[in-house]
Amino acid sequence: MKITAIARNTFKEAKRDRVLYLLFFFAAICLLFSRFLALLTVGDRVKIIKDVGLASIQLFGMLMAILMGTGLVYKEIDKKTIFTLLAKPIHRVEFLLGKFLGLVLTIFIMTVLMAIIFLLILFLHTFTIEWSILLAILYIFFELCLMTAVALLFSTFTTPILASLYSLGFYLIGHLSWSLEMLIKKVKSGAGRAILRLLYIVLPDLENFNFKTEVVHHLPIPTKLLGISFFYGLVYTAFLLILSMLIFRRRDFI
Amino acid sequence: MAKVLELEQVYKAYRFGFIPKKKQILKGVSFYVNEGEIFGYLGPNGAGKTTTIKCILNLIFPDAGRITIFGEDSLKPKARQRVGFLPENPYFYDYLTGREFLTFYADLLGLHGQSKIEKIAYLLRLVGMERAADLQLRKYSRGMLQRIGLAQALLNDPALVILDEPMGGLDPIGRKEFRDIIVNLKKEGKTVFLSSHILQDIEMICDRVAIILAGEIINQGYLGDLISEKVLYTEVTIAGLPAAEFNHLGESVSTSGNRVLLKVYEESKIDQVISLVQQKKGKIISLMPRTETLEDIFVNMVKNQ
Repeated sequence: MKITAIARNTFKEAKRDRVLYLLFFFAAICLLFSRFLALLTVGDRVKIIKDVGLASIQLFGMLMAILMGTGLVYKEIDKKTIFTLLAKPIHRVEFLLGKFLGLVLTIFIMTVLMAIIFLLILFLHTFTIEWSILLAILYIFFELCLMTAVALLFSTFTTPILASLYSLGFYLIGHLSWSLEMLIKKVKSGAGRAILRLLYIVLPDLENFNFKTEVVHHLPIPTKLLGISFFYGLVYTAFLLILSMLIFRRRDFI
Repeated sequence: MAKVLELEQVYKAYRFGFIPKKKQILKGVSFYVNEGEIFGYLGPNGAGKTTTIKCILNLIFPDAGRITIFGEDSLKPKARQRVGFLPENPYFYDYLTGREFLTFYADLLGLHGQSKIEKIAYLLRLVGMERAADLQLRKYSRGMLQRIGLAQALLNDPALVILDEPMGGLDPIGRKEFRDIIVNLKKEGKTVFLSSHILQDIEMICDRVAIILAGEIINQGYLGDLISEKVLYTEVTIAGLPAAEFNHLGESVSTSGNRVLLKVYEESKIDQVISLVQQKKGKIISLMPRTETLEDIFVNMVKNQ
């Protein structure tokens, strides 16, 4: 009950944030632009629409998660609204979870809206609806949930600008860390390899959520892989939230 | 009388700067608040009043010491179940309207249904904010924020109400209304913890006080015990006679028009002043004995420290 009250208020706050609409506006432009880009393409035009469309949803969703997520806790502390909130009989954990769920709800609605525009553009071009596209979007949403947890983690101890930079760093590392796996295979077994393996386990691998290529090229996706990716997202998000709670639990609000 | 709130040897230091430098804010603060009283927590700016309150409410964690609220350790959220809090310069979600704001906090406290609506309507009436209830908080003045802040502090029908500088930013009428509300809270059987540096407010409504200075409690007790009934001096306003006539009887503080304000320190000399005025055909406008006030005690203590 308390968590939902905080989540509802967070959603209300996010709804009134202009950044959200600005990002949504640019996302819509990018989605429309994919149609024009297709006109310039030689060959499979639908592929271009799908590629650019999915990438736009991912990019702008990520920006929404980071830019809004990093301000979440900081704003409450900076504006001192947290004083009366935490003076109520609520756990700090409930506060943090409420904030997270409120933003996840916002991101969900935004992803749905972007997906509707995207599917509409695709439909106008092909006159068919490919439901497999939704699978790729669903996994983009899982990635965005994880990114929200990342932004929330950084916002519990630093300013929004630094938290945004850290989150962006996390995102880039997350999309490049798969190359570590290749490196591990090439390094001789020993201390170096062990360190690389440890690094690969600790660092996020956001490519786990990337099913864009498979969906665009109609490649088969093993159900097991979908299950593993979902589980990976769940565990990593939970890990980030627990870390945020540990930091937030003992924090002084001066 | 049961103790509602008790602090035992509470210490707190903050660390500032890139290379953290320790600053001790609270140096072993101990006091208790009895059930049903209005307790005044007094101290100059920067003495540690707000830090103490934040320790009580678990917004910051004391380095050492123990705080109990209704016998429960303050670290447990349950301890805050029956506590209401109004911070100094309250800041609230400015995108919410007064009513939405109270509804949000009522949800946090687990109120629902008709009782929630009625409670909110009652509190809006109590703090005189019915007309501004559907206005966004960003459009509120400071006094209005203070009022809506008091309403949120009373949402859970608290047995202990903690108010940090509640009268700051209020006009004289607002202050009087706030004082009346606080006295009414006491009549309803609630305990009020009031921090302030406006001595007049504390003196008018508090039963017991604690005075904090540089992180240490330097005095605490019943107001009646702290302030002696002894007359410090008598102020006599005389009309129609020059100040020089009274030089041997007291100190003339000011003259305006044909009026002289005289401070007479010895009680025996008051009769002499009266007879002198009668003799010289002057007129006594007023005669006021000045007893010791909280301000005198406070200023003395601060000076001594």
